[in-house]
Amino acid sequence: MNRERTINIVIGGEAGQGLVTVGGLLSKALVRSGYSICVNQSYQSRIRGGHNTFEIRTGTDEITAPQEKIDLLVALTNETIDIHAGLLGTGSLTVVDAAQNASCKTCFHVPYKELANARSMNIAALGVVSCLLGLDEELIAGIVNESFGKKHPETAEENRAALTKSYEWTKANNSRFEKLPQAPKREGRLMMNGNDAVALGALAAGVKFYAFYPMTPSTSIGLNLASWAKKAGLVVEQAEDEIAAINMAIGASFAGAPAMVATSGGGFALMVEAVSLSGMTETPIVIVMGQRPAPATGLPTRTEQSDLEFVLHSGHGEFPRAVYAPGTVEECFWLTHRAFHTAEKFQGPVFVMTDQFLADTFRAVAPFDLSKYPAVRAGAPLDDIKTPYMRHRFTESGVSPRLLPGFTKHLVVTDSDEHTEDGHITEDLSVRKLMVEKRLKKMKGMMKETVAPELAGVKKADLLFVSWGSTKGSVVDAAAALKAKGQNVSTLHFSQVWPLVPEQFVSALEGAKRVVCVEGNASGQFARLIRRETGFEIKEHVRRYDGLPITPEYIIRNIPPPL
Amino acid sequence: MIYPTQPPLTKGRRKSMVTLNDYGQYETAWCPGCGNFQLLKAVKQALVASNLEPHQVLFVSGIGQAAKAPHYLNANFFNGLHGRSLPAATGAKLANPNLKVIAESGDGCNYGEGGNHFISAIRRNIDITVIVHDNQVYGLTKGQASPTSEHGFTTKAQPSGYPSETFNPIGIAVAMHASFVARGFTGMTDHLAEIIRQAIAHKGFSLVDVLQPCVTFNKTNTFAWYKKRCYELPKDHDPANWDAAMKTAYEWGEKIPLGLIYKCDKPTFEDNFEVLKSGSLVGADTPIETLNEIIKQYR
Ligand SMILES: Cc1ncc(C[n+]2csc(CCOP(=O)(O)OP(=O)(O)O)c2C)c(N)n1
Ligand SMILES: [Mg+2]
Repeated sequence: MNRERTINIVIGGEAGQGLVTVGGLLSKALVRSGYSICVNQSYQSRIRGGHNTFEIRTGTDEITAPQEKIDLLVALTNETIDIHAGLLGTGSLTVVDAAQNASCKTCFHVPYKELANARSMNIAALGVVSCLLGLDEELIAGIVNESFGKKHPETAEENRAALTKSYEWTKANNSRFEKLPQAPKREGRLMMNGNDAVALGALAAGVKFYAFYPMTPSTSIGLNLASWAKKAGLVVEQAEDEIAAINMAIGASFAGAPAMVATSGGGFALMVEAVSLSGMTETPIVIVMGQRPAPATGLPTRTEQSDLEFVLHSGHGEFPRAVYAPGTVEECFWLTHRAFHTAEKFQGPVFVMTDQFLADTFRAVAPFDLSKYPAVRAGAPLDDIKTPYMRHRFTESGVSPRLLPGFTKHLVVTDSDEHTEDGHITEDLSVRKLMVEKRLKKMKGMMKETVAPELAGVKKADLLFVSWGSTKGSVVDAAAALKAKGQNVSTLHFSQVWPLVPEQFVSALEGAKRVVCVEGNASGQFARLIRRETGFEIKEHVRRYDGLPITPEYIIRNIPPPL
Repeated sequence: MIYPTQPPLTKGRRKSMVTLNDYGQYETAWCPGCGNFQLLKAVKQALVASNLEPHQVLFVSGIGQAAKAPHYLNANFFNGLHGRSLPAATGAKLANPNLKVIAESGDGCNYGEGGNHFISAIRRNIDITVIVHDNQVYGLTKGQASPTSEHGFTTKAQPSGYPSETFNPIGIAVAMHASFVARGFTGMTDHLAEIIRQAIAHKGFSLVDVLQPCVTFNKTNTFAWYKKRCYELPKDHDPANWDAAMKTAYEWGEKIPLGLIYKCDKPTFEDNFEVLKSGSLVGADTPIETLNEIIKQYR
């Protein structure tokens, strides 16, 4: 494959230095200029200090994964230079403040003091980098103005001046760094991260109730929804704890408001009893699980895929569920949207599993055609209602038409205790048996709608990568790199991990010479699930559990030697 | 496909008035002589006196002998998890404020397992009525101490006596300016029914803590024990007077006051949400133009 050059930019420094602001503006500028981006945010669980990075890999082709090697390092502290020394190549450039007194082979010393006053220092840095990349100065000025013009009109002039000076200075002093190739014109694209897309997917699906308790990396989903609540007519409530959040959401859903909660491992642990409640009372609920390294509080701001088995087995007892695991920002959108429809149709808990990497990774995405994503309608139409109305009536499919309380004279009754068809508590054990079977029957219908895993490449590859969730881009990228070297590599990616339909993928597993499962945990949870469901044992693995996302380079470095 | 639309919740829409028959008669899982029977009767009386039809009411309960009560009358009913009736009721009320939402559960459920939710529901002033069957014991699990058990109360789980101090739900609720705080006793059914009626009519969070003898597991706070102590608050008790209410809230022992202890009018939680002023969250579409406008911020 003949790929255009990509540039990997890393802005590094302490929390509070504004690197997320600069990174965000630069990302926006790249997307508006027609480039693709993949952002990887790496930060510590603190508000000031520590060492954080905002990485943007950019180029003209579609970019699916982050990269380790750095082309352009913007070092806001000398520590950043030391940390990243090993990732810089001969063609790389390190942009530093001349006042930092740093010395390195790749250093590009910028006299910021001459270019800007203290308030516009970050804008000067943005100007230097944008100029190095070959971005249009006016476009940058426009974006800066959009962000600060309204809130801080008094800074407009000095920001503009800082930008001009830094462009002039950079043009005069850069002799080494080669700018980005010209990007094609791409109109109307959006820049968003996984959490933005989850929130938008929920909104398109008609979410009307959202309750949460803040927990990284899920928090910004709620912040998005809260900012739209008035406009879009929904209720967002920060609950007293995660137990309250999910019980509120289930109460709201029972009463007819499409409802969602989002959290991370620890918060989800508190929600688990209510997952079972949703299964028992057959109340739709969408649960977004933004994974981070665990056990316990783990690494609050890092990434991992170690809660697959937790989610699969969460909730006591047996009841159906669906688990989506988006692999891209676009998938975050449409799988969250789909989750609402699945939850309503099969009346139970439906999960969307992301992780810190996916939650925070900004991408350029094509605008969504919203007419293709209709809102869910809670409750059954009257034509489906048989009298006497019984909320949990036995049916062929296991799905009982759901009326909403207060909308008809029919009484809607349900119970977390085992119940009769009319929803009342029972200890009639023959009813118990039928109810278990009724609930589990819904699995059949769900399986008809399972999103099939995506096989990219030939069926009889020498090497087949198997992956799920957020690692999709890195796996595809690694496969492309290996193919470019002449290897026969395919990928099989799962964006839905439950229920699995073995007929959809077993032949692909059996057809490959070698199968390597790539996943972000230490014990190979997905490989174990595949084996449990199909009997097929994946013998080779690439696993990561140091808190960092799986990159294409990591995969290639860690492919086991041939057996 | 036709979806049901909400009949407006107006009184007297029906030609005939609501009667006790509308709420039915059911066999229960309670011990003979349990205070719950009188409580159930009072709840039905209050609903009839409020002229509410069964489909206009949503009961939400937790788990316990108390929490089973709504199974024994006709109404919409969400029987959720132990301790979690208040969040579920809060969610349901926010989704559809046209419903009369009544959370009914035990002292263990509301003050023990769900204590955090109890405090938060008061702070929200969500417009629901909370009826607590306060038998000062965990009935369903066969007689362990509850937060409202007396210090020293002996059970199989607390053989040397309950070592904690007794939780005072009325005291907490008044201290937090909960907008309606009352106490009833199952031995005075008509009085109790009237309190519950007022609680249902009140706009905002209303708490009715009901002294309910448990004939099997609480041999201390028996029917006779309560009967001897309970008295109706005098006519001159002013529920708007917070200082007097605080004093009344801490009256316990030789004499136990019954009735409306504290009441104040303030905005409800629902009032904070623009969208709820025009109706419920159910079936409300977000226009595609609004979605497109929101998406614009990502350009
Ligand atoms: C999470 C959870 N913990 C414990 C229980 C067991 N349990 C059921 S009811 C109950 C206590 C009930 O006491 P109370 O709420 O006072 O109701 P009562 O039976 O006295 O009316 C307990 C501990 C449960 N069902 N769920
Ligand atoms: Mg009790």
